[in-house]
Amino acid sequence: MSTAEDLRYQEKTHELKWVGKNVTRTDGVDKVTGRALFGADLIMPGMLFGAVLRSPHAHAKINGIDTSKAEALNGVKAVITRDDFADQPSEMIQVGELSVNIRDVIRNVMAREKAMYDGHAIAAVTATSASIARKALKLIEVDYEVLPHVIDVVDAMKPDAPLLNEKMFTDGIDPKPEKPSNIAKRLEIKLGDVEEGFAEADVIIEREYKTRPVHQGYIEPHACVASYTEDGQGEVWASTPGHFLVRAITARLCGMEVSKVKVTASEIGGGFGGKNIIYLEPLAMALSRKCGRPVKMAMHRNEVFRATGPTSGSHMRVKIGAKRNGKITAGWAELMFQAGAFPGSPVFPAAMCAYACYDLENVLVIGWDVIANRPKTTAYRAPGAQISAFAVESAMDELARELGIDPIELRLMNAAKEGTKAAYGPTFGPIGQVESLKAIKNHPNYKVPLGPNQGRGVASGFWFNIGGETSVTMNVNDDGTIALTLGNPDLSGTRTSISVMAAEELGIEPDRIRPTVGDTTSLGFNFISAGSRTTFAVGKATVGVSRLVIEELRARAAAQWDIPVDAVVWEDGCARPASSNAGDFEPLTLEDIAREAKKTGGPIAGHIETNVTGAGPSFATEAVDIEVDPETGHIKVLRFTAAQDAGKAIQPNFVEGQYQGAAVQGIGWALNEEYIYDEKGRLDNPGFLDYRMPVASDLPMIDAVIVEVPNPNHPYGVRGIGETSIVPVMAAVANALEDATDLRITELPLSPPRVLKALNEKNGG
Amino acid sequence: MSRYHVSATVNGDDVEFLSEPEQTLLDVLRDELQLTGTKEGCASGDCGACSVMLDGRLVCSCLVMGAEVGSRSIETIEGMAEGEQLHPLQQKFLDYAALQCGYCTPGILVAAKDLLERNPDPTETEARFYLAGNLCRCTGYDKIIRAVMDTAAEMRGA
Amino acid sequence: MRYEAPDTMEAAVDLLANEDGITRVLAGGTDLLVQLRAEMVEPDLVVDVKRIEAMRTVAKESDGFRVGAAVTGAELGEHAEFKAIWPGVLEAFELIGSTQVQGRATMGGNLCNASPAADSVPAMIAASASVAIQGPDGQREIPVEDVAIAPGQTSLGKGELVTSFFFPDAPPRTGDAYLRFIPRTEMDIAVVGAGICLTLDDAGICTAARVALGAVAAQVLLVSEAADALIGTPVDDAALGKLSEAASAAAKPIDDKRGTKEFRIQVMGVIARRTAKVALTRASSN
Repeated sequence: MSTAEDLRYQEKTHELKWVGKNVTRTDGVDKVTGRALFGADLIMPGMLFGAVLRSPHAHAKINGIDTSKAEALNGVKAVITRDDFADQPSEMIQVGELSVNIRDVIRNVMAREKAMYDGHAIAAVTATSASIARKALKLIEVDYEVLPHVIDVVDAMKPDAPLLNEKMFTDGIDPKPEKPSNIAKRLEIKLGDVEEGFAEADVIIEREYKTRPVHQGYIEPHACVASYTEDGQGEVWASTPGHFLVRAITARLCGMEVSKVKVTASEIGGGFGGKNIIYLEPLAMALSRKCGRPVKMAMHRNEVFRATGPTSGSHMRVKIGAKRNGKITAGWAELMFQAGAFPGSPVFPAAMCAYACYDLENVLVIGWDVIANRPKTTAYRAPGAQISAFAVESAMDELARELGIDPIELRLMNAAKEGTKAAYGPTFGPIGQVESLKAIKNHPNYKVPLGPNQGRGVASGFWFNIGGETSVTMNVNDDGTIALTLGNPDLSGTRTSISVMAAEELGIEPDRIRPTVGDTTSLGFNFISAGSRTTFAVGKATVGVSRLVIEELRARAAAQWDIPVDAVVWEDGCARPASSNAGDFEPLTLEDIAREAKKTGGPIAGHIETNVTGAGPSFATEAVDIEVDPETGHIKVLRFTAAQDAGKAIQPNFVEGQYQGAAVQGIGWALNEEYIYDEKGRLDNPGFLDYRMPVASDLPMIDAVIVEVPNPNHPYGVRGIGETSIVPVMAAVANALEDATDLRITELPLSPPRVLKALNEKNGG
Repeated sequence: MSRYHVSATVNGDDVEFLSEPEQTLLDVLRDELQLTGTKEGCASGDCGACSVMLDGRLVCSCLVMGAEVGSRSIETIEGMAEGEQLHPLQQKFLDYAALQCGYCTPGILVAAKDLLERNPDPTETEARFYLAGNLCRCTGYDKIIRAVMDTAAEMRGA
Repeated sequence: MRYEAPDTMEAAVDLLANEDGITRVLAGGTDLLVQLRAEMVEPDLVVDVKRIEAMRTVAKESDGFRVGAAVTGAELGEHAEFKAIWPGVLEAFELIGSTQVQGRATMGGNLCNASPAADSVPAMIAASASVAIQGPDGQREIPVEDVAIAPGQTSLGKGELVTSFFFPDAPPRTGDAYLRFIPRTEMDIAVVGAGICLTLDDAGICTAARVALGAVAAQVLLVSEAADALIGTPVDDAALGKLSEAASAAAKPIDDKRGTKEFRIQVMGVIARRTAKVALTRASSN
């Protein structure tokens, strides 16, 4: 088995054949022809349709549920409620970069004592058609006792706020409070002494910021098919970034052994973290168990908005101190994040990342995790980091103005680099913050002259990225082609990038490798495709398994030539004698060796099961040019440049695509996206009409610059890149707004009514 | 509840199906005809993932009733390639990585094909506005627009 | 729910008049199907009018244009003559939704859905358009502004159907325009909208004007004070300033998820001014 040493970065002495060069993705033809099967595309014989009854109240006791009329409707085959699920004890489980309590998961999947938000699942039915299932929902009678509700994070923290959980006593406060509250937790990230730091400062910027919840906005609603058969076996087809997680939670919530649940990952139509937790699979399995037929469930768009996790809304305070020459002496922040109805907002990663772009001696970030009557928050692309960056990077810009220093220069002066100790613990190895800043500074876009009502803003961002449990198997087919089985759903081309790494190792054409995302019965455990881990961790494991297979191929060649294994090398896709001393043998290709496999010992394969470590953080700096219509407050994006450190871009097209997509999500967050609630605590905009994501005509081309500072802990230097590019965007836009109008707005979104109101106030109107 | 018997043409083939009055053309394509290439993103005409051609017009199939397409001609993503030959747009999307998760891709390809058939030389702005009804959350639209513009140029030159 | 697709106007009227339950007319379906999906309405009968020839026809009559109520935006957009004479009406119609929505949306549907923010309506009112209505008691013709009486409600009686729109020929040197404010660049419902039609004399003085404001009240407002600000003037900056003030003053909007009251009032004035400028340019070159 290859050691960790073997999988460290080695600077290549020869030109790489395939890594770094764009190939056509292996699943591409299926995706452009409509052949690829997503969550709602599977059709099974005898399949029924399921639907979920959802609470119309933001907060209500559920005194009783009468399903008799629904059950009597012709065509209805099963109805389930909270009574069909056993309660779960309090226990934390890891989902992506966040963790959740399984006791909360069962309650989020189906309400038990109370409906906690508008859209909370109360009951579910399955019937012979989707329309009968929906009709049946209307026949379920629920006895609600409506309670006062609370939505905003600051309101939820007040001592007299409506209480969501009588047993919630704030964690992280000493002594523990005697009164319950909606504050789940207080935490701290600390380095040095900020009081000392502020005492040394010549200039201090202190501001408050407010953001609203935004949704990941994937175009594919959650969908699955579940089938429970009389022998106690269950099968699930799910649109998920982590089918092993789906297996674990479905089995747990349905009281089934993990081995009895087989999950196949469909293709997935976007997730961005929002599908890291599950909603429908346990419901579909329970319904299927009750009626003995497969059940398909797919959310309607309004259900996606009302009942699946957006990310937190927040209230934040930031204070940064610096000397006149620009050296930052202290960075402080207080982050209040609303977690939705159950604890677990991304306030911890937000605190970790808040000042990570800077080499500071004194940092204190305080985080508050607060519950409120909204859907439970889920991860959203660099969870929390984008929110704290809005505050910190806006304040940095104001600091730059106050000091009269260029915003990029200020960041360069204080940039995190190799050897910097981050406030959240680790000391950085080689990193690309300086390189990303310089890439923006030197980009032609940064020099384009600006016209009236136009402005330019810059911001930096960081995400730590993760590794995690990975299992990969490689089988050599008898014609010398390769079957590569991995356990991570492919959201954007990762299976192709990973097979390109295998191709590079083996020295064969990438199209001789067929990567497949195996189901949960075919591999050891795989952590979910999240945390920007897939190309990094599964790639690293795949390089490892390729090297194992090469060892075996060498051994087979050695056997055929009757020479020691040490005398055989693998080069350019062939086994060769190490030198002429070893013998005058013709090279053997993979195909040659595979053909003889039966005679030389049997099928040739390799497998690896490991917890991959050594994820390299990815830094980004972005610049945006905007134009403001001073009469309406409308902001138009003229130019956008994203420079991010990829370590090594295995497939440059895919890496650029990640930077561009993340940037545009950030632009939507900056300009128009927000959850709007009515006075009854119901979501007022649960659709794409009034939840305003950017459309093609809203945007210019997004210029993506790939910076490469190799990650020493990956054989090709790969860093995860899927997340960081969303982090700086909102602050960059707010900074551009100040540049264009001398107006500093500290609240998102920068929608036209907010901008116009601020312009009016500034002009004394 | 009775269903309507509908005869129509889909991708050049004669089809017959039963449609509940509540079913949209999108529902019928996916659930009755098993043509799952056309996707549901919102079922309210705001995302374009369900785009098809109806009698030569680009429409959202979620805004068309299943019962109303009798004698009409429908073209979906499944009809875009000709046997093994991908349409130039499909090929260009692959070459330019103009897709990530691929969910919006069928709708965008159907819309882009319609754009280029009506306007073989669109400006970037024209292309962006024509495709404004097709939401993509993964790509930020950059590579999609590049693929459409370059395919237009190729198809003009060829 | 039953679905019927009659071939004639009379058959459609009969179906609508004789149904005891809830009826809905289906033209493009771009509002109706959204409402069905959202369970906002559960009709007993849906009458599809797209097989009625007269509702799909655009015809030049002796004194104006008649556009069938079920003509789609895409179809009308291909009508070069209509586009040349009523660019404002067409651009308003074409702002409704995406290309896909344009493939189905109709002015009949846009008007009868009676949303205060309907894009085509201010431009039609500014153009002095009228609608032909057919019902159990025969035919009648009324101005467009008399159709929508409240959000989601029209003045049509049971069994009545809007069958066509009539755009009377305008004097020479008439220009019309429609602009709206939306937060994105597409795909939004108008936060405010203005349809303006004005006529100039040979000296460039405005002799007639109609100013219709959308999305700032329960119905589209036809604002005579705003028109008066333009009539008798060369539509210069001073007149435009007065127009702007009159438009803001007439606006009686609400706060909702699309905009605040204050925002709508202020931006209504801005949009009215910008719209008038476009109409002026068109009138000057006609």
